[in-house]
Amino acid sequence: MDWVFRNSGLVLELTGQHIVFSLVPVLIGLVLAVPLGWLANRTALGRSLTLNVAGFLYTLPSLALFVFLPPIIGTRILDPLNVIVALSVYVLALLVRTVADALDAVPETVVNSATAMGFRPGWRFLTVELPMAVPVILAGLRVAAVSSISLVTVGSVIGFGGLGKMFTEGFQREIPQQTISGIVLVLLLAVVVDGLLLLAGRTLTPWDRSARSRRTAGRAV
Amino acid sequence: MTYLGWLFSSENWAGSAENPGIAQRLVEHLGYTALTLLIALVIALPLGAWIGHTGRGGLMVVGIANALRALPTLGLLVLLFLAVGLGLLGPLIALVILAVPPLLAGTYSGVANVDPSIVDAAKGMGMRGPEVLFKVELPNALPLIIGGVRSALLQVISTATIAAYVGLGGLGRFILDGLSQRDFPQMIGGSILVALLAIVADLLLGGLQRLLVSPGLQQRGAQAGPGRLRLIRGGAGTDRARAA
Repeated sequence: MDWVFRNSGLVLELTGQHIVFSLVPVLIGLVLAVPLGWLANRTALGRSLTLNVAGFLYTLPSLALFVFLPPIIGTRILDPLNVIVALSVYVLALLVRTVADALDAVPETVVNSATAMGFRPGWRFLTVELPMAVPVILAGLRVAAVSSISLVTVGSVIGFGGLGKMFTEGFQREIPQQTISGIVLVLLLAVVVDGLLLLAGRTLTPWDRSARSRRTAGRAV
Repeated sequence: MTYLGWLFSSENWAGSAENPGIAQRLVEHLGYTALTLLIALVIALPLGAWIGHTGRGGLMVVGIANALRALPTLGLLVLLFLAVGLGLLGPLIALVILAVPPLLAGTYSGVANVDPSIVDAAKGMGMRGPEVLFKVELPNALPLIIGGVRSALLQVISTATIAAYVGLGGLGRFILDGLSQRDFPQMIGGSILVALLAIVADLLLGGLQRLLVSPGLQQRGAQAGPGRLRLIRGGAGTDRARAA
């Protein structure tokens, strides 16, 4: 860890870049996944279409996607935008399924009572179904965020910034300390973001607390 | 799409003595992938089956699988390169480390999630522990086990590509060599090959799953759409989160 303190300027700059490169895609992916997940939940055609496309996109290896995106979306080959778009694609592919599953799991009785109370479908989706789906969506979001934080580092192979630079520089100059510090920082960042998302989820769904303790108590492990 | 010319040149496929072509790189990539999966299966299958069968250490498996998702593959590759040096051993260790958790989690949650009444019925028919495991639990766990193999396979194909950075052969060479020579058609051609390899490999395993898994299980899997999240304890089957 000594290495980190001697190079704190560089480390802070790379960490800042890393946060932007990894979390902006999570936001973009989430915003796009909600309407698409809704579509997948509503119609059989929408379901098979979105889930198959998501499964296909998820199969693509990250380094390959970073490289062949530019000719498709018209960016330069080493544009940071490529990494952001590629990671958004992965987050979206992961979350579409989660959102669809989460909406499926909303109890029908709750939806029916909301309808009986006079909620219109659009308003009911925003104020009843979506909030009920938050715990499951959040679980998926945590996975997406952690995997995004780890994936950004792959971009450094073709010259992108972020903490992955600690690995490429550590490799070129053969400094194991820099490489190890990089791994530790990425893991720390993942743990912190994961914890913050967990906390945000608890604050967003106060009604789920009692249900959660019941669920864990009833689960035979 | 002037980029695609590189892919369809027979010269690039054949290569030369000092500059291996696409065919040889493809064989290398497949070789690393097969070797890694073989080693990882030998480690993960017995361990996962034992943990799932006895129920001991299950939480640990899920915890390790989750924690490893955050581990940056490039960092691991570089670290092992610095520790072991140039050659196959470093990348191979890294690949096995990344392939074991999805296999372990798939096998464990597959065996642990077999309907208890089925296991009871098998015991009631007079089956002993090993018999229950091999004749009942493992066949029933097959969908999740193959799910784990598919995640591991994608992980290994992706990471083997990145391992070109620390000097490994395989299809990743075209991306890295193309980058250093500013030969973008070569880079893009290489990345398309890697993507195709991943897609074909995943489709083949999907087909294998249909062949191997008992028809009764496949039907139940299809019906269990909405409730699937809660059906699978341990959650390994639902998130194939990628780390490469």
